[in-house]
Amino acid sequence: MTPRHRTVVWSVARHLLLLCGAAFILLPFLWMISTASKPQTEIFSKSIHFIPHSFALWDNLATAFGKANLWRFLLNGVVVTASIFVLQVLIALPAAYALAKLRFAGREVLFALVLFCILIPPQATAIPVFLLFHQIGILDSYAALIVPFTISAFGIFLMRQFFKTVPDDLIEAARMDGISEFGIVWRVMLPTAIPALTAFGIFSVVAHWNDYFWPLIVLNSEHLRTPPLGVAAFRNEEAGTNYGPLMAAAIVIIAPLVVAFLLAQRRFIEGITLTGIK
Amino acid sequence: MVAPAFTLMFLLLLGPLLGVIALSFTDYQLGSPSFSWIGLANYRDMFGDRVFWLSLRNTLTYVAIVVPAAVALGLAVALLIESGSSLRSWYRTIYFLPVMATLIAMSIVWEFMLHPQFGLINGLLQGVGLEGFSWLQDRRTALYALCVIGIWQALGFNMVLFLAGLVSIPRQLYDAAEIDGAHGAWARFRLVTWPMLGPTTVFVVVITGIRSFQVFDTVHVLTKGGPSKSSEVLIHTMYVEGFEFFRSGYGAALTVVFLVFVLLLTLVKSALTNRGVHYT
Repeated sequence: MTPRHRTVVWSVARHLLLLCGAAFILLPFLWMISTASKPQTEIFSKSIHFIPHSFALWDNLATAFGKANLWRFLLNGVVVTASIFVLQVLIALPAAYALAKLRFAGREVLFALVLFCILIPPQATAIPVFLLFHQIGILDSYAALIVPFTISAFGIFLMRQFFKTVPDDLIEAARMDGISEFGIVWRVMLPTAIPALTAFGIFSVVAHWNDYFWPLIVLNSEHLRTPPLGVAAFRNEEAGTNYGPLMAAAIVIIAPLVVAFLLAQRRFIEGITLTGIK
Repeated sequence: MVAPAFTLMFLLLLGPLLGVIALSFTDYQLGSPSFSWIGLANYRDMFGDRVFWLSLRNTLTYVAIVVPAAVALGLAVALLIESGSSLRSWYRTIYFLPVMATLIAMSIVWEFMLHPQFGLINGLLQGVGLEGFSWLQDRRTALYALCVIGIWQALGFNMVLFLAGLVSIPRQLYDAAEIDGAHGAWARFRLVTWPMLGPTTVFVVVITGIRSFQVFDTVHVLTKGGPSKSSEVLIHTMYVEGFEFFRSGYGAALTVVFLVFVLLLTLVKSALTNRGVHYT
């Protein structure tokens, strides 16, 4: 084989292999869309076809929205993920600034604690935090969904690393202008940290939009369900009969993040991997 | 300035971490008015319980299948994507999709695909003349079906980490290897790519391992650990004991076992990265 031939053969093999893998990855997505677009009779037919003979996506979506309170689940998802992120930033940024730029006794010990806390898996603290919330009576509420995640050791670490790179002169100049230390955090440091903050925000929102374990533990009320709990409950109620609307509901639940990802892939991949150290 | 953050850290992370260890030496049950210290009794019960050993074995099996498969496939896809120039970002986007999509929703899709009568998988198998399975309702296949979903979800994440690792390998190293007589793709991989990817590989293996130990969502939605405990895993056992039976003390003991494994993986990682893997 000439070298030219070899490049062509390799290029074909590369695409062939990658396409096979892509088919495996995409299969559930395609089957979800296909099933959500089929009427009941086609779903329970023996023949495999991806393109529905009669198109029933709108009917299935309407049924899904009629049977499960999907709008409410999406709203809960937005309220919970947004609250978590805002509180994480409010709490982590001053700490990150202090650890990066201020001199005080015990700074190294506190930073070591931050590094240690990054390693604590969320499942490990579930039972004690649950008992604590039971004691103070905030189970089954928005607070129960939000409070445990207001502290992000990882967020502190990430922002501290970023703040380290901000020149001291900038802070000195701000102090000369009579800006308080808290003012420096929000008016000087925050604007420089937008890229790091975006990455962390994407990481945080994706993690908590998709979280199932903690909401499952603390929630009882239907009206507080987050998107994953909502779709899981819908599936339990329909118990293997109504696959069209169920797949339509699945599309609705994954759509916000998937659409956002497709619109800003680079940022999302950066956000998930840079901050994926967790 | 650090007060709010560190107060919350003690209240919600460090305190509960110590709490779960302390709790594992008590017989506390949610709602009971009192509790007493019972030493290692929870651990004795646990080590004498068949379900615990099944759960541990299943978890280790899950980890032993998902980690090598998701790491090797992630690496393979990353290498394939890097080896050419066309459609790179298309492939990257496709393989990354499962990382973004809510796992619970996709688990329900997988459940329908694995449906014994109307599922796509059995339909395709019958198409080529093979007998299908009741994948999630059969104790011979349930755990492995969950492994496939786990691999499907973890692959894209690992691919992206490997892609980042590949980009950071200096071009000159390949040129130098070429001059030293390393001809062909395999020689380049063995002499340059693989050694230079060492730290990335360790990181990817450990992070996939820790995530696999945490497997819960798919198990809870699809099998509830069944049939007859064949897909029972550690965190699911902990959930059932701690939050369905409210045996907080016993659930805490299971959590401690889980923590020991996560800690071991973390130690392996720091031991390997400190020795400068593959640089020798």
